[in-house]
Amino acid sequence: MITNSQRIAEWVAHGSRVLDLGCGEGRLLAELIASHQVKGLGLELEPDKIAVCLDQGLSVIQQDLNRGLSNFRNQQFDFVIMTQTLQAIRRPDLLLDEMLRVGNEAIVTFPNFAYIKNRIQLGLAGHMPVNPQLPNPWYDTPNIHLSTFRDFEDLCAALHIRILDTDTSNLSGKGTWLGRVWPNLFGEVALYRLTKEH
Amino acid sequence: MAASLGVVTPFTLAFEEPLLLERGGQLARYDLVVETYGELNADKSNAVLVCHALSGDHHAAGLHAGESKPGWWDDYIGPGKSIDTDRFYVVSLNNLGGCSGSTGPLSLNPATGNPYGPEFPEVTVGDWVTSQARLADRLGIACFAAVVGGSLGGMQALQWAIAYPDRVKAVAIIAAAPRLTAQNIAFNEVARQAIMRDPNFHDGHYAAQGVIPGSGLGLARMVGHITYLSDEAMGEKFGRQLPRTDRDVDGANFAVEQYLRYQGQQFSERFDANTYILMTRALDYFDPTHNESQPLAEVLAATQCKFLVLSFTTDWRFSPSRSEEIVDALIQADRPVSYTRLESAHGHDAFLIPDATYARLFKAFLDRVHREIEGAL
Repeated sequence: MITNSQRIAEWVAHGSRVLDLGCGEGRLLAELIASHQVKGLGLELEPDKIAVCLDQGLSVIQQDLNRGLSNFRNQQFDFVIMTQTLQAIRRPDLLLDEMLRVGNEAIVTFPNFAYIKNRIQLGLAGHMPVNPQLPNPWYDTPNIHLSTFRDFEDLCAALHIRILDTDTSNLSGKGTWLGRVWPNLFGEVALYRLTKEH
Repeated sequence: MAASLGVVTPFTLAFEEPLLLERGGQLARYDLVVETYGELNADKSNAVLVCHALSGDHHAAGLHAGESKPGWWDDYIGPGKSIDTDRFYVVSLNNLGGCSGSTGPLSLNPATGNPYGPEFPEVTVGDWVTSQARLADRLGIACFAAVVGGSLGGMQALQWAIAYPDRVKAVAIIAAAPRLTAQNIAFNEVARQAIMRDPNFHDGHYAAQGVIPGSGLGLARMVGHITYLSDEAMGEKFGRQLPRTDRDVDGANFAVEQYLRYQGQQFSERFDANTYILMTRALDYFDPTHNESQPLAEVLAATQCKFLVLSFTTDWRFSPSRSEEIVDALIQADRPVSYTRLESAHGHDAFLIPDATYARLFKAFLDRVHREIEGAL
C-alpha cells in the first residue's frame, strides 16, 4: 500500500533541500533523508516531539508557523512541505505565500472538508463532522480553517500559485479510483504540489 | 532516576609552552585544574568538553571527598543523565584567570615571584578555547564528540565551533548570546565598579595588604544574582516575606534582602575579585563578528559541527531572542541546527536547574551524537 509520505516522496527530488512545516516526530523527514538523501530541516512547536526528532539526528527549530518564515531567505529550499497542518493556521494564504518565497515548490496536504462522509455528517445529520481525520468537537479544535479541494484551488488562483500535481487518498494513505475521478467528493485527504507563477 | 557520580577528584596539568593572548601579552606557562568523568574509549572519540560560566569552575559534577554539595551541573552530568557518563568521557576545567586552581590572578607571577593580582593579563573566550584545545592535545583527544556550555560557557562552545571546526562534532549552546548587548555590559560594569570602589580593593593589590574587597565583591554578586533570576522566580521564592528569624537577619527588612546579602557574603568568601573583573571582561569582549566586520552567518558558514541551541522563556539576561540570533545565523549559513525555547520560571539560572523537558532534549541530542561516533549508524 502506498502511504501519503510515499506519495510525497515521489514528488521530492533526490538530494534536494527540504523544509517540513509542523514536522511532528520527524517521520516524513527521516523517510525522505533515508530514501532521497535530502537535506532536511523541520519546524515544530512541541518540545516532546522535537526530542524524538533529535533522537533521530534530525535538525528541528521550535517555531510557530503563525509567525511566518521570516528567518529563512528567498528560495532557501527546493521543497517546503506541510502535511495536515494548513487547516490549523491562522492565515493559510499568507503562509502559502511564504512557503513559495522560501521554497521553489510547496507540497501541501489537508483534510478535504467536502469529503462525502463530512457532507453526510453536516448535510444530513446536521452536525459539524467528527471523525478520525477531524476528531475534535467544533468548540475545541485546532482546525480553524477547514476547506475543500475547490476552495483551495480558488485560493491558489488568487495567489497566482500554479498547481503542478494533485492527488487524493483516504486517511490511511490509500488512493481510490472514485477519489481520482471525483476528488472533491471522494478524496478524504488532498495532496498538492505547487509553485509560484513567475 | 539517574545515579550520581559519587566522589570525584580534580587533578592539575602543567603547560610549559607559552600562550600568546588575543588582547596582547602572553602567559609563559600555566596550570589547568581539571576533572574528568566516565571512561575515554579506545579511539578517544567519546570526549565531551564542559565549559563553565562566569562563576563556575572545573567541579561540574559529583562530590569532592568530604563535601555534600555536588558540582554546578550535577543535575545534567552523570550515569544516565543528559551528559551520560556511561557513554561519554567528560572533561571539565577551571578556565585561565580563574580562582579555583588554574593559573589566575591568585597564582605567582614567575617574573616577579609575587601573585599576579591585577597584573594578570587579560584573557578572552578565544584564549580559553585555545587553552582547552591544548588540554585536549594533552589528553590525546583529537576531536571532541561535543563541546557544551551555558551562558559564558555557551559562548566558549560557539567559539569552539568557529575556531576548531574539525575538532568538534556537536555543540550545545544553552542560555547564551552571540555577544553582549550594551545593557548586559552595563550590568557587568556595575559589578566591576562595586568591586573597584571597595576601599579594600587597592587597585587590585588587595592581597599584598592582607585584605579582600569582600563588600564590593558581595555587592557585585548581588547585582548579578538579581539579573540571573526572573521577577516570577523571586516572587515565588520570597514574595514580600519578612526575613527568616532562624538565620542572621543583619538589619534586612525583607527575606529577599537577607537572601541577597547571604549570597553576596558567601560568594565574596569563595571567589577572587580580580578573577571576577577578568571574567566579566571576557564576557564583554566576546564578539565572533569582530564588531560586525563580518556577519555572524558568514562566520558560522565555516563550522562543521551540528548545533543544539536552547533558551529559557524568563531569561532576560540572555533572552531567547539572543539565542535566536545564533539560530537564525546558522539557518542562513545552512548549518544543521536544532532549537527550543524552554518554558521556565527560573530566568537565566534555568540552565542550572533540573527540568524534565530540558534534560530530555539535551540527552536526545547527545545520545544521538554518541550513536553516530560509535558507528552504530
